[in-house]
Amino acid sequence: MNAHLVHPLAAAAPRPLVRIVVVGHVDHGKSTLIGRLLAETGSLPDGKLDQLKAVSARRGMSFEWSFLLDALQAERDQGVTIDTSQIRLRTPGRDLVLIDAPGHVEFLRNMVTGAAQADAALLIVDAVDGMREQTRRHARLLHLLGLRQLVVVINKMDRVGYDAGRFGAIEREIRAHLAGLGLAPVAVIPASARHGDGVTEPAPALAWHVGPTVLAALDALTPAQPTTALPLRMPVQAIYKFDDRRILAGRVESGWIAAGDEVVLVPSGQHARVRSIEAWPAEDGPKPDVARAGQSIGITLDRELFVERGDVLCAATAGAGAARRLTARIFWLHDAPLAVGDEVLVRIAAAQVRGTVARIRDAADLAAPDAAASSVVAQNNVADVEIALATPIAADVYAANPRTGRVVIGHADRIAGGGLVLALDSAGVAPTVELPEILVRRAADLARDLVPLAPVERLARFRAAVEGRIVFTTSFGLEDQVVLHHLCEAGIDIDIVTLDTGRLFPETYATWEETERRYGRRVRAFYPRHDALEALVAAQGINGFYQSREARLGCCDVRKVEPLARALAEARGWVTGLRADQSAHRRGVGLVEADQERALLKLSPLADWSREAVRAFAREHEVPTNPLHETGFLSIGCAPCTRAVRPGEPERAGRWWWEDDGKKECGLHRVVGTP
Amino acid sequence: MRELDRLDELEAQSIFVFREAFARLKRLALLWSLGKDSNVMIWLARKAFFGRLPFPVMHVDTGKKFPEMYAFRERYAAEWDLDLIIEPCPPIDAVDPTLPPAARSAARKTEGLKAALAKHRFDGLFAGIRRDEEATRAKERVFSPRGPHGQWDVRAQPAEFWDQFDARLPPGAHLRVHPILHWTERDIWAYTRRERIPIIPLYLARDGKRYRSLGDADITFPVASQARTVDEIIAELDITRTSERAGRAMDHEAEDAFERLRVSGYL
Repeated sequence: MNAHLVHPLAAAAPRPLVRIVVVGHVDHGKSTLIGRLLAETGSLPDGKLDQLKAVSARRGMSFEWSFLLDALQAERDQGVTIDTSQIRLRTPGRDLVLIDAPGHVEFLRNMVTGAAQADAALLIVDAVDGMREQTRRHARLLHLLGLRQLVVVINKMDRVGYDAGRFGAIEREIRAHLAGLGLAPVAVIPASARHGDGVTEPAPALAWHVGPTVLAALDALTPAQPTTALPLRMPVQAIYKFDDRRILAGRVESGWIAAGDEVVLVPSGQHARVRSIEAWPAEDGPKPDVARAGQSIGITLDRELFVERGDVLCAATAGAGAARRLTARIFWLHDAPLAVGDEVLVRIAAAQVRGTVARIRDAADLAAPDAAASSVVAQNNVADVEIALATPIAADVYAANPRTGRVVIGHADRIAGGGLVLALDSAGVAPTVELPEILVRRAADLARDLVPLAPVERLARFRAAVEGRIVFTTSFGLEDQVVLHHLCEAGIDIDIVTLDTGRLFPETYATWEETERRYGRRVRAFYPRHDALEALVAAQGINGFYQSREARLGCCDVRKVEPLARALAEARGWVTGLRADQSAHRRGVGLVEADQERALLKLSPLADWSREAVRAFAREHEVPTNPLHETGFLSIGCAPCTRAVRPGEPERAGRWWWEDDGKKECGLHRVVGTP
Repeated sequence: MRELDRLDELEAQSIFVFREAFARLKRLALLWSLGKDSNVMIWLARKAFFGRLPFPVMHVDTGKKFPEMYAFRERYAAEWDLDLIIEPCPPIDAVDPTLPPAARSAARKTEGLKAALAKHRFDGLFAGIRRDEEATRAKERVFSPRGPHGQWDVRAQPAEFWDQFDARLPPGAHLRVHPILHWTERDIWAYTRRERIPIIPLYLARDGKRYRSLGDADITFPVASQARTVDEIIAELDITRTSERAGRAMDHEAEDAFERLRVSGYL
C-alpha cells in the first residue's frame, strides 16, 4: 500500500520513525482501526477509498474499513489477515509504520515476524468479549520479543453503550495481566473504530475518559535506540580477503569500537587490537576511526587471529560468556513439539551451534497459564528450555545485553522458535545474582500464580516463594488494616512496620494502638533521622512544606522515604496495601512487581480490589479502621498534608491538595511505566 | 560522532543482508533492472564488499527498454566493473494468454527469468523490491523462498525475526533476497542524493512529465511532474498522493493482476 499524506509539516526536519505492530484477537477490529486511522490522517492515496467502496458495491457487500488492508485475494476471500502487511502513516510528530499482524493462531509465526521488527505495540481488545486467549498469547509474545512500549485500545465501545464501568473492568483485567508479564501499557484507551470514536478525535460519548486518543498515544511513542551504552559486541559475519587486507565484517550490536581498542574474541578468548576501520568509497576522506552500535562495518586487527563466522568481538574488559549450556525462555512455532533429547540448532547473532535439549520447565500453554508442566513444548507454547551445546557459543544473559542475549532455535532445517537467554553456564555455575530481568520474570511468574487466589492465600504463597525477609509497611489506612488482619489471623511470618513521620493524626495513633491491642502484636516503628529532621526544619521552617513542591518532596524524603529505606534493608519482599484504582497514577499497580531499584519483589495483595470490596470485608470482619475514613478522609497521610475529599473526588485528592497535578506520591511507591 | 540517521540505519541493515546472503548461499546474482532501486542495491553491495561485487549482476532483457536505459547499462557495467549477464525473454506467444495484455507483456520477463534460473542454477537472487511499493510486496520476507518454477507461496512463508534468516533450499528451489525491502521511494531518492548515485535521466521531468518507475517502453507511462532534479523529486514525494506504480499499466488491469504475476514468479 502506498500511502502518503499532505501535511504542513511534511518537509520539516527529520521526524522519528516508529514501527508499531498491531495485535489482538482476530475479531477484535484490528483492520478496522487501521483503516480508520489511515483515512482520518489522510494517509490514503487519492481515490483509494472510493475505489474500494465501488468494489464492495460491485460484489454486493457493504463497505468495511478493514477492506483497505485486505489487499490479497486470499485474505479477502477468507475475511481474515493471514500475513503481516506494513502500512505507512504520518502523524503530527511521527512517521509510523503500522505492522498489521494476523490474529489467527495458525499464523503466529507471521505475527512473530511482524512484531520482532517493531519498536512498540498496539494491542486491541473487544469491549464486549474482553481478553481472549489470543490477547493473552500476544501479550506474552510481545514481552518475549523484547517489546516494552504498549498501547491498549478497548475497541467496539459502541457495542457496550460507551459504558465507563465496562471499560474500567476490562482495563483493570488487562493491566493486571500485563503487570504479571512485567509490562505496563503507556495508555489504555476506549474507542469505537467503526464509528471513529476516540481514534483521532475525542468523542462526546467517551467524554468520561481522561487520556489520549489512539492517534495521540501513537504520536508519543519513540523508536528503539541502538544499544551504545552497553559493552562492545560485534559478531563476525564473514572474513573477507578481496585484496591484501584481511577484513572482519559484521554489525556492531552494542557499544563502540575504535582503532586502537583492545578486543577479546569470544568464545576462543584471543586478544588483539583494532588496527583500522575499513570503508568504501575510500576517496571520501580519511578512514573512520570509530563506529557505533547499529553500523555494519569492517575492521582489521593488529595480529592474525583464528576467526570464524559467529565469533564475537567484545570489549576486552567486559566480554560475553562462552556458553556450553544455556537456559532460555522460548516460544515455539514448529508444528512438531520440542522434546527433551531433541537435537536443535542454537543461533545467536551470526553464530550457530548444535545442541541437545536437556530440560524443559514450565511448559505452560500461553493461553492456559495454569497448565501442568510437561517434557515437551507444543506449537505456540512457551517454556524455559535448557540446552547442552556441542561447542561453546558467545552469548549474554538477556538482561545484560538484549542483542546477544536472544536466541533463535532451528529445528528440522527451519527457524522453529526463539526467546530470551535467562542463564548461561560456561564454567558449571549459573549466575546467582537477582538480575533485573530475572526479578521481572519471577514477578511475572508469581503474579500468574497468585491472580486467582484470595488475598490471604496470596500472602501465604508469597511468603513461601520468597527466600529471606519480607516487610509489610502500614500507615493504618483501610487497605493496610485488611492486609494486617490477614497476616495476623493466618500467622504469616512477615514483619509489620510503620513509618512514624511525627506529624500523623491523633486518630491514626489511636488506630495504631487499637490494632496492637486487637491482634496482640507490636508494630515496629521507624522514625526520621533526628539530624536530618533538625536540618530540614531549620532550613524550611516547621510547616515549610506548603511553600513549594520541592519543599514538600524534601519533607517527604526526610520523614518517609529515608526511613523506608532502613525498614526495607536486607528485605527480599515488600507487601503494600496499594490498589490500582486509588488514582489514575496508580492504575499501573500490579499484583506482584519487580522493584528493580530496591532489588526486591513487591506484593500488593489488594491490587485488583475495589474500595467498596475492601470496606465490606473490614466491616464484616470487624477490622479496626481509622475513624477519619468516616468523615471524608479516604487516603490518610500526615495531618498537615491530608484533608477530607468531597463525594466524587478521586481518592487521593486529599493528599497535598494544594498541588494540582495528578501525581500525588511521596516517593515510596514508583508506579511502573511512569517517569 | 553524530547520531545515526534513518539512511545510516537502512544502509547498515541492507549491508547486513548482503553479507548474510553471501555467507550462506553459493550461487548468487543481483537482478539489475537498471532502475533507481537496483542502482542503489549495487551501491550498497559495493559498500558491503568494499568496492567490487563478488557475484554477477543479471539483466533479464525484454528488448523493449528505453534507449536511455541501454546506454546507462553499457556505461555503468564498465565503470562499476560489473560481471554482467544479459538474458533474453521469450516471444509473447509463449506467455499465459489469460492475462490482460500489459500483464501478459510483463509476464514475459518472468519467463525470461525462469529460463535464466534454469541455465545458471542460481540458489540466491538479490531483488530490489520494497514493501511500500505495492500491498503484496509488503508481505515479503527478506529471505523469500521460491519453488522450482519460481513461484511464491504466500501462505507458507517462514518465520523471520531478529535478523535470523532461513537459508534452507528445497531441491530445485531458490531464494529471493531483498536487501532494500524496508526502504521507501523517498529513502531511495534521499540516499541517491546523499551518495551521488547516477540515475537514468528519464526520472527527471521534461515538458511537465517524468517517469517515476521504469519498465518496458510500451507499458510504462510518465506521470505529471515538474521535478527536474533529485531535490525536486524528494520535495514532490513529500506531498504526492498517487502511487509509485500508477504508471505501470499491468497493475491496474484487474484487481488481482499483480498478485497473480507475483505468485507465478514475478518480482
